[in-house]
Amino acid sequence: MFKKTVQVQLKTGLHARPAALFVQEANKFVSDVFIEKEDKQVNAKSIMGIMSLAINTGSDITIIADGSDEEEAVNKLAEIVSKEE
Amino acid sequence: MEKKITVKHVKEAFELEAICEQVDMERVITVSDLSRPGLEMAGFFTYYPSERIQILGRTELTFFEGLDAEKKRDRMEQLCKKDTPCIIIARNLPVPKELVEISCEKKIPILRSSLNTTRLASKLTNYLEGELAAIKTIHGVLIDVYGIGILIVGNSGIGKSEAALELVKRGHRLVADDVVEIKQTADNELIGTAPELIRHLLEIRGVGIINVMTLFGAGAVRIHKKITLVIQLEMWEKEKQYERLGIDDQTMKIMDTETPVNTIPVRPGRNLAVIIEVAAMNYRLKLMGYHAAKEFSDRLSEAMEVEVDN
Repeated sequence: MFKKTVQVQLKTGLHARPAALFVQEANKFVSDVFIEKEDKQVNAKSIMGIMSLAINTGSDITIIADGSDEEEAVNKLAEIVSKEE
Repeated sequence: MEKKITVKHVKEAFELEAICEQVDMERVITVSDLSRPGLEMAGFFTYYPSERIQILGRTELTFFEGLDAEKKRDRMEQLCKKDTPCIIIARNLPVPKELVEISCEKKIPILRSSLNTTRLASKLTNYLEGELAAIKTIHGVLIDVYGIGILIVGNSGIGKSEAALELVKRGHRLVADDVVEIKQTADNELIGTAPELIRHLLEIRGVGIINVMTLFGAGAVRIHKKITLVIQLEMWEKEKQYERLGIDDQTMKIMDTETPVNTIPVRPGRNLAVIIEVAAMNYRLKLMGYHAAKEFSDRLSEAMEVEVDN
């Protein structure tokens, strides 16, 4: 298991479109990937899950992955939400 | 994780009247039990459960009125502990001035209700049990099939939402897609609901997000449902043994509750919706006392005995 807490820098947060991109990226990894915001944890490969958290810009989320490519998955996804556009 | 709510929530939910304004309404309540400090009024504080909401009714207050001034102060002093969330007075009874002085000084809210004590206590217990129940979010789909709350779980992309869509089309009711918030009640029942933001929505790959309620009508959705059966979908593996008889019932632990589970292998061409419907009906039949697999097994042993007898 590998995890990392990051602050979301995306201007619109994880709104519908960025959430869809994020989920697409998460699905490329074989590891199980989760996102935790406050005390709620959802599957990062599910678009509805991500959107149900309503992650806005500036919020802190924890990306958790478990599997053969966990480290790579967490780093890649953390990089996506840390971008500012 | 331990849940808690603040006194403010309780005050708003029960429309209670706050006696003293300068108090800390953010005090937290962590237990659903209540306390009626009757013996405490008489001076016995040995097992005083100070972390609970304290309810003073007519009995306690009448007894209190009969005490002398010094004892009154002492009892109220002991009643207002550091962890006492709040004190509620029932029946709109007048609040003893000793209590007002001490609790205001310690910033413990005193609230007043017009309900009588037992009624207030039972309503409060119900409310607190609901609010303080542990919550867990699970990745899956919850759907009501023939009155049985079925939680469909399985890896991403296995076809949970598609199965749900087919079931909705067949007249069953969707509770939650993708994210199910599960609350465990006091008697270990699991109640599932959807996060408000994505309520009634379903995501179908290739189509996008659809709203089941506007598409299929109010009859196609439910707000919450007790989970009675779990359907676990997984990719068909050649080597793996799947249940062929259904004689032994498998269970899976969700929070502290053992829930029956059926593992169903997925393969192109298998109509999942029908299989799930049948699993639901079969489960209902079992609840009604008919277990097809066991019945068959009995029949088989009977037939074999006949053979032996001959």
